[in-house]
Amino acid sequence: MTDNSGRKLNMARAISEAIAQEMRLDANVFCMGEDIRHVAGIWGHTAGLHEEFGDERIMDTPISEAAFIGAGVGAATQGMRPIVELMFADFFGVCMNSIYSAAAKTHYMSGGQFNVPMVINTAVGGSYGDAGQHSQCLYSTFAHLPGLKVVLPSNAYDAKGMMTAAIRDNNPVVFMLHKNLLGVPFLGDERRATTIVPRELYEVPLDKAKIVREGTDISLISLGASLYHCLDASTELEREGISAEVLDLRSIAPLDREAIIATVAKTGRLVAVEDDYKSYGVTSEVIATAVETDISLLRSAPQRIAYPDVSVPFSRPMEEFCLPDKHDIVAAAKRTF
Amino acid sequence: MKPDSTTKLWMYDQMLKSRVFEREIEKIYMEGKTPKFDLAKGILPGELHISAGQEPCAVGVIPHLTEGDWVGSTHRSHHVAIAMGIDGYKLTAELFGKNTGLCGGYGGHMHLFDKDKNFSTTGIIGEGLPIGLGAALAFKKQGSGNVAIAYTGDGAVNQGAFHETLNLAAVWQVPLVVIVENNGWAVSVPTSLSTSITYNVARAATYGISGALIEDNDPYQIYTAAHEAIERARAGGGPTLIEIKTHRIEGHFMGDAQQYRTPDEMAEIAEKDPIPLFHDSLIRDSVASASELEQIKASVQVEVEDWIKFARDSEYPAPDDALKMVFSN
Repeated sequence: MTDNSGRKLNMARAISEAIAQEMRLDANVFCMGEDIRHVAGIWGHTAGLHEEFGDERIMDTPISEAAFIGAGVGAATQGMRPIVELMFADFFGVCMNSIYSAAAKTHYMSGGQFNVPMVINTAVGGSYGDAGQHSQCLYSTFAHLPGLKVVLPSNAYDAKGMMTAAIRDNNPVVFMLHKNLLGVPFLGDERRATTIVPRELYEVPLDKAKIVREGTDISLISLGASLYHCLDASTELEREGISAEVLDLRSIAPLDREAIIATVAKTGRLVAVEDDYKSYGVTSEVIATAVETDISLLRSAPQRIAYPDVSVPFSRPMEEFCLPDKHDIVAAAKRTF
Repeated sequence: MKPDSTTKLWMYDQMLKSRVFEREIEKIYMEGKTPKFDLAKGILPGELHISAGQEPCAVGVIPHLTEGDWVGSTHRSHHVAIAMGIDGYKLTAELFGKNTGLCGGYGGHMHLFDKDKNFSTTGIIGEGLPIGLGAALAFKKQGSGNVAIAYTGDGAVNQGAFHETLNLAAVWQVPLVVIVENNGWAVSVPTSLSTSITYNVARAATYGISGALIEDNDPYQIYTAAHEAIERARAGGGPTLIEIKTHRIEGHFMGDAQQYRTPDEMAEIAEKDPIPLFHDSLIRDSVASASELEQIKASVQVEVEDWIKFARDSEYPAPDDALKMVFSN
C-alpha cells in the first residue's frame, strides 16, 4: 500500500531519508566523508544515519579527499554503491583527479566494462558571507566534464527523488546541495524549498527539467536558489501584465535541451539565470541551445543573469551586488520586449 | 616461501613474453616515425612506455593472486598485464586502437582495463592508489578475502594521493598491497632531486604498516615478500608497502633520447637486465636446460607474432562509436 500522505520536510531531511531508505534496501550502499557521523555532514543531509547504520556504513574520514573520493571509485568498481562527501564544492581542487579523471572516465576508457555507481554530495552557493573559498557554485566546472552527471534539486520533493535516483544510477553523480535551500538552521532558509515529501521511496529522473510556473510571454530558465528569484520576478512581471514561464533545470548534465527548446518555442523570449560565474556557464549553454536550434524561436536577444566573473567578495555590499536577484531578472526580462 | 620449479619456469615465460612483446611493439611503433619522430604518425600513435627491466615486479607478485583480486598498474604496465594472463590478442589490439581491443579502442596503451581479470591502469601518476584503497575497502566490507594490489612508481611517492592512501589504508586496516616500482627516474628527474629519504619503504613505518624492501629487482625475493604481504592482507592483517629497486632499461617513453643518463649507468643497467640473469640462474639451479629455455623463447615469439597479426587484421571502431560509452545504462 503506497503511503502518499507525506509531510513537510526540508531538503536536508528529505535527502537523509532517501539515503536511509535506500541503505535499508541495498547493503552495498555506504557513506563516507568528513563529519558525517555526529554533525550530519554539517549540512544536515546525513542526520540520523549513523545512529541507524553505525560506523561500518557511515564512515567519518580524514580531510583526505583525494584518497576517499578515489576510494569511492575503487569501491564502486567492486560492487559497492558509495555516497561520498565533498563538503564544499570549492574544495574540489584537492581531489579533482579522483573525480574527473577516475570517476568520470572509467566507464568510457574501459569500453563500458567498469561502472562507477557513486554519488558525490557537495554543497554550493554563497550569500552568507563565507567569501572566496566557501561560496562558489562551480556548476559548469563539473558539468563540462563528460562522464559526470551533475544535478541541483531546488526543493525537498525533488531532492528525495533525485537522491534515490542518484544512488541507483550506475554512473557517478555529483549531487549539489544549495546551501540557501537545505533548511540548515545556521544558514538563510528559503522556505519554499521545504515541501510535502512522500514517506515512501520514489525516483525523480536525473535528466528532466520541470516547468514550475506556466506562462506565455517569456521563459525564465534557472536552477537551485536562483529559481526562487525567478519566481519572485515572475510575480512582479505578472503585475505588469507579463506572463512568465519558469523552468527549473534540476539537472545540469545531462541538460534537458528539449525542455529548453519547448518553453522558448512557446514564449519566444528568454532570460537564463544562475549564481555561478557568468562566462562559459549554465546560462551560456541554455542560450546556445535555444539559438543554435532555431534562431527564429526567439523574438528578441536572449539575456543572461549570472555571477560576474570575479571571485566571491567577503564584504556584504559587494557580495550582494554580485549575486543575481529578482530586480536583475525583471530588468532583463523587460529588455527582451 | 620460495617458488617451485613450475612457478620459476612460468616466471621466465612471462618475463620473456613481456619483453618479446615490447620489442615487437617498439618496432611497429617506429613504423612511420622515421626520419622525423612524430607521436601522431604510424600505426601506433601516442605515447608508449616500455616496462623492459621491470618484469620481475610483475612475476613475483601475480602468482599469489586468486580470482576476484584487484590489480591496478601504471602507465608502464605491459609486464603486469601479461603476467595477469590478460588475453594477448585483446591487449595488442587495444594498443592498435582496434575494436577487438580490451576496451574497444576507448582506452589505449595507458588506460588498459580488463573486467574479467579485475585489472586496470591509469595514465595519471598516483591515481591508482586511492582506487586500490577503495577496492580493498570493498573487499573488507564484503568479507571476500580478496586483496587489492596497487602498483605505482617512485615518481608517485611525493603525490598527496600516495600518503593519503597509506594513511587511510592503515586507519581502515584494509587488504591493500602497495608496490613501488622504484626505477630511479621520474621521467628525467632522479630520486636524489625528488625524494627526501633513501628508501621509500621507510614510509611504511611512518604510517604504522608493514614494509618490505627488495634491493635488486630479484624475482625470488619479490615473490617471497609479496607472498607474505598478500597472505597477511587476506588474513585481515592490513596493508603493506613493498618497494622494489628495479631498472628502466628504456627511456620514459619511446623517443626519449635520455640525455640525462650517463653511459656508465646505461651499461650497468644492461648488465642487470633481469631476463638473461634469470635465464642463467634457471640453468645454474638445474630448473631447466638451455634448450628447454630456447623452446620457451621460440614459442613466446610465435605467440606474440600471432597477437600482432590479429591486431593488425582487426577493424577499427566506427568513427562515431566515439560518441558512445560516456554513461552506463
